[in-house]
Amino acid sequence: MQNESVVLRVEGVVKHLGGQRILDGVSLTVKKGRLKVLIGPSGAGKSTLLQCINFLLPPDEGKVFLDGREINGKSKKDLLWLRQRVGMIFQDFNLFDHLTAMENVRVALVKVKKMDKRAATHRAMEELARVGLADKAGLYPAQLSGGQKQRVSVARALAMDPEVMLLDEPTSALDPELIGEVLAVIRDLADAGMTMIMATHQIGFSSSLADEFLFMEKGRIIERGAPADLLARGSSSRTMAFCAKLSELSGELGG
Amino acid sequence: MNEALAFAFERVIPGLNAGLWASVGIIVPAALLGVAIGILAGTLRVYGGVWPRRITNWYVSLFRGTPLVVQLYFWYFALPYVSVAGVNLILSPVQAAIIGFALCSGAYQSEYIRGGLLSIKRGQLLAAQALGITPLHCILSIVLPQAFRRALPGCGNEIIYLIKYSSLASIITVNELTGVGRGIAKATFQNTEVYAIVGLYYLALVTLAGWILRLVENRLSIPGFEVKKS
Repeated sequence: MQNESVVLRVEGVVKHLGGQRILDGVSLTVKKGRLKVLIGPSGAGKSTLLQCINFLLPPDEGKVFLDGREINGKSKKDLLWLRQRVGMIFQDFNLFDHLTAMENVRVALVKVKKMDKRAATHRAMEELARVGLADKAGLYPAQLSGGQKQRVSVARALAMDPEVMLLDEPTSALDPELIGEVLAVIRDLADAGMTMIMATHQIGFSSSLADEFLFMEKGRIIERGAPADLLARGSSSRTMAFCAKLSELSGELGG
Repeated sequence: MNEALAFAFERVIPGLNAGLWASVGIIVPAALLGVAIGILAGTLRVYGGVWPRRITNWYVSLFRGTPLVVQLYFWYFALPYVSVAGVNLILSPVQAAIIGFALCSGAYQSEYIRGGLLSIKRGQLLAAQALGITPLHCILSIVLPQAFRRALPGCGNEIIYLIKYSSLASIITVNELTGVGRGIAKATFQNTEVYAIVGLYYLALVTLAGWILRLVENRLSIPGFEVKKS
């Protein structure tokens, strides 16, 4: 184990919601610059796991470590420290509807990082340019396409200089023709060495970038391994069976 | 007809103009205070802890559940006899009217604000939380600006109501538009002319308020929050 390069560690996380055990003891470790991909059927606990990692949903049991520091979910200081270092991308983008693209990226720089407005504006414009939306800076979410909204949300997360990004099905709410532009941004991030955990059904895309697939079912990780191994021809893995079903449905072969 | 016109211009208009300013002097502060109370109470009713929520809900039930006339009588006639820690608070008629209208209006405004707040999707709160934005900043900079825009048509409607129920101030001896009109009508027996003109004054006030509200709506209008043009 090269402990020094571990950025994020999750140990035995358990979460109940509405009386149901949604996460049943999940552990994982992410090293710097790696991409872990969570796959599995809906309701398997992928979103819940991601939200437990930055305590949007406080875990009932288990531990979360960032840079070797255990996060105390009851300490506001710890949570602020964690959330400034963990960026999150949501399926439904969750842009602030009353702010322009630029203001969406800028707001946390001003309110959380206490940057002055001019420097924050400058930084926000840089991040928008990075996702190819400098020319849309003045538009409101209602004037942007789904793909553009998701790219703004990526810029918003990147502006905080996160060490880790959590992506919760970033393309699932998008029309097929808009998925490509968001995947291209994610590929750029991976190439730039961003550490990421992504829940997705884009098996084909992520198998070329991920260093590990984690297959979740009923709140547990039941299979994990390099994409190539799990998806190898003739493999009897649960992952393979799931992916075969996905590609059967979408008519395109994953992997 | 000429006689009636001369009567209107010589006797009625100057008196009513004084009453008009008294009305405006009650309506404007009461409306502003009402909106402020409504935003505060509405926000507490949605995001407050158990006790702030309970107290603001009681406030709304009480002020929506009792007649405004009774509330005004209470503030003006009853409050002087209520002694809190040996202090009796005595309000002037105008003060009692402003406080009475603001508290009543605020209860209704809080309902519109509450509706606006509930229309904001939870996802935006999660996104703010994930960015490290504190709950207070989230409410002030993310949620309220959107909720207020959604609540604006309802809030404006309540202000229009307030303009008209401000006429009740006359029953606690405020010499506002209606009170002055009643005095002139009693003294001259020209009920028809006087009350018709008083009605026109209110119509003018409401029309003016409608313009101002539309101006505010246009000023605050952003894509995704437009007020539908009818």
